[in-house]
Amino acid sequence: MSLQSSSTTVTNPSLGFVGWLRWFWRQLTSMRTALLLLLLLAIAAIPGSLVPQRAADPNGVTQYFANNEELAPVLDAFQLFDVYSSAWFSAIYLLLFVSLIGCVVPRVKYHWDALRSDPPRTPANLNRLPAQTEFESTDAPEVVIENAHALLKRQGYRAVRYDSAVAGKNRLTVSAERGYVRETGNLLFHGALVGVLIAVGFGGGFGFAGQRVIYEGQAFTNTLLAYDSFNPGRWFSASTLTPYTVTLDSFTTVYEEQNQNAIGQPTDYTANVTTQLKGEEPTQAVIKVNEPLRFGDTDIYLLGNGYAPQITVRDADGGVVFRDTIPFLPQDTNLTSVGVVKLPDGLPEQLGLVGFFYPTVSEGHSGAYFSMYPDLIDPLLSFNVWKGDLGLNEGVPRSVYALDTTSMTKLTGQKTALDSLELRPGETVDLPEGLGSVTFDGVKKFVSLDIHNDPAQGWVLVFALLSLGSLLFSLFIPRRRLWVAVSPSGTTGSIVQIAALARGDDATLGDRVRELSDEMRKPSKT
Amino acid sequence: MTDSLSQFSVLALYSSMAVYAISFILFTLDLAGIGTAKYKLVSFGLSLTWVGFALQAAATVMRGIAAGRVPWANMYEFALTGTLMIVLVFLIVNLKWNITFLGSFITGFALLFLGLAATNYYVEVVPLPPALQSYWLVIHVFVATLGTGFFALGFALSLAQVLQERRERAVTAAEAKRWAWLSRFPDSVVLENYAYRLIIVGFVLWTFTLIAGAIWAEKAWGRYWGWDVKEVWTFIIWTIYAGYLHARSTRGWRGTRSAVLAMIGFASVIFNFTVVNIFFKGLHAYSGLK
Ligand code: HEM
Repeated sequence: MSLQSSSTTVTNPSLGFVGWLRWFWRQLTSMRTALLLLLLLAIAAIPGSLVPQRAADPNGVTQYFANNEELAPVLDAFQLFDVYSSAWFSAIYLLLFVSLIGCVVPRVKYHWDALRSDPPRTPANLNRLPAQTEFESTDAPEVVIENAHALLKRQGYRAVRYDSAVAGKNRLTVSAERGYVRETGNLLFHGALVGVLIAVGFGGGFGFAGQRVIYEGQAFTNTLLAYDSFNPGRWFSASTLTPYTVTLDSFTTVYEEQNQNAIGQPTDYTANVTTQLKGEEPTQAVIKVNEPLRFGDTDIYLLGNGYAPQITVRDADGGVVFRDTIPFLPQDTNLTSVGVVKLPDGLPEQLGLVGFFYPTVSEGHSGAYFSMYPDLIDPLLSFNVWKGDLGLNEGVPRSVYALDTTSMTKLTGQKTALDSLELRPGETVDLPEGLGSVTFDGVKKFVSLDIHNDPAQGWVLVFALLSLGSLLFSLFIPRRRLWVAVSPSGTTGSIVQIAALARGDDATLGDRVRELSDEMRKPSKT
Repeated sequence: MTDSLSQFSVLALYSSMAVYAISFILFTLDLAGIGTAKYKLVSFGLSLTWVGFALQAAATVMRGIAAGRVPWANMYEFALTGTLMIVLVFLIVNLKWNITFLGSFITGFALLFLGLAATNYYVEVVPLPPALQSYWLVIHVFVATLGTGFFALGFALSLAQVLQERRERAVTAAEAKRWAWLSRFPDSVVLENYAYRLIIVGFVLWTFTLIAGAIWAEKAWGRYWGWDVKEVWTFIIWTIYAGYLHARSTRGWRGTRSAVLAMIGFASVIFNFTVVNIFFKGLHAYSGLK
């Protein structure tokens, strides 16, 4: 036997490897490793709060690159702008969960066996236990032990009798245990955490998140092409999009008018929409900031809003070359907004109009306009006109919210001979160089909708609540073993010994022993 | 009406701070060994803490009525309600276990934080922005502040535990006179037990806060978790306390080491409330400060 084992360890390196793996697995699933990985995870999460993250704040990242030209690429190499999807962060939490599973599975087996077996035999020496007491009774040992047995059972203990003879004297004992649900709760808690992780991964993989801007009167059709931006999960398939349309009927904003400290602060946003599943009747619905619309397997959120001026451009002969409603992006709390009109066709040259919209216009000391209130009280639209190549034919995707002026000349506004074009609703002004005219027909409101689908979101919640519920059992149900041992004293009396042992934290162990002894010493109520 | 009510609220707040200041002095004098059987400084201090608490509660309630909503929707109000919860948890726990030895810490902490809030965080009552108009504001933020109350006591007890353990070692080494004020504290094992039993309550409340926050974020921001800075720090705090609970079952980590984790945990709670709220850029821009 010894010969065999020593020869295998020497000649067979693969056993050494397996042994090494075993050792590694034991280390990984040890309590100390779990603790270190937890602390490491906490530390690893910190940098993502110090540096802007692509997923949460892409503009912040762009700006960070612009402000820190040298540092940013270095940080990027360490994935510091994508901390929570980085290789190192993932490695930590995956190791932690492997450790968790490796730690919990054997405990499930052990606990399963414990649940179906009797409490262990009463130790021979109860004096060594952390909490114990002793008293004498005038009742016979058999009476005392049967009382104790019944009492413990009534208190929710699993209790069994173990009797033995010690030095010719009968030693009658009860071994009792309670609080198995503490361990059950603990195992469920850890299992539910695994459930949360899996559900999160699953939802991210099969779901999607998209954005779309629509103005009053405009409809959105739920197809891939209709989204302004779209982030599918890894396994997302476009065929799962439910065909429906959402039309923005009206959008209302309420601004504070009474409170002097908050004039103009928005207090309510309401989007009234008409929704229609393909082939079904249209229905009315409302979307508010804290009240998303759950419709057609998607959740539709109201995340932004602003003004969309309606603009008509005519050529020198009065023919309409452009008529559209253009969402302008808000720049401040009083909704000074910026937008772009691109005119590639219909005029002798390509034109770009960079517009500023002021819902309630006011003039600063320098002569520059600003908006002093977010509602439409005295709206003004101003344009700077650019002439030249819009760059639309180069196959490069261009933002509809920005004008690339590298091959364009400015015709109006600052540093030109002409003033910016200024229009109030209903007004028409001529374009420079006799190119035609622009009309400001009116203003609509637009909303920016986030449209999501996360098929596992409900499961994440279920597992999270399961972990919270089982945590309560794991933390607040004490688990302890109690023993009562009775030996004869004199001819009819008994010596009673009570002892207890806690598994996990239980500061009230001593009290429980004392209470049990008080109970047992009460004159029996027969 | 609203204006005068919020002025009364400020008045009540200053009064409560004055009362806390006196009870702080009394508790501290007692720790310094000045109290005698004849002059029971501790019971005076404790009674005054109840008075200060009542005044602060009045200040908080009036602020809420003036605003027509729960009084925890900006930094000033978070600080007001948060310290109120810390004092409340102290007073309630003190009914069960005698922990007046923490009186100095609790009243001192409340005084410091209320002072900070009144001078640096004060903002006039303004209406709620649409993103905060949700019953989750009531639930999520309230449970978070209550959890903070338990963590604060856990911090104080853990700190006391660490100091007491040093003292106990010194006493066995026969330098009996060291840190005599700690002789008014229970021994380190009792302190550790108290700390643990409060921190597990705080941990459950914090777990709830995390889940409730995710549910609210799903409604208001369109995703239940997005690693916004505030979410990050709430997660970090949760993980540190999970580490604390593990440490208590890990050989070699019980005692001082796990106590240090509990202290780091609460330090992170305070960091999350002050530095993250004010200086970090994120969606949780509800400090009300400009
Ligand atoms: C995602 C990672 C984990 C988290 C968030 C976590 C969290 C917790 C929490 C909050 C408790 C306290 C509940 C209680 O005391 O009953 C706990 C207890 C426990 N955890 Fe974990 N845990 C994680 C991973 C692990 C791993 C990897 C192991 C095994 C190596 C482990 C083993 C245990 C054990 C044995 C207890 C019971 C301690 C006791 O009875 O006092 N946990 N865990």
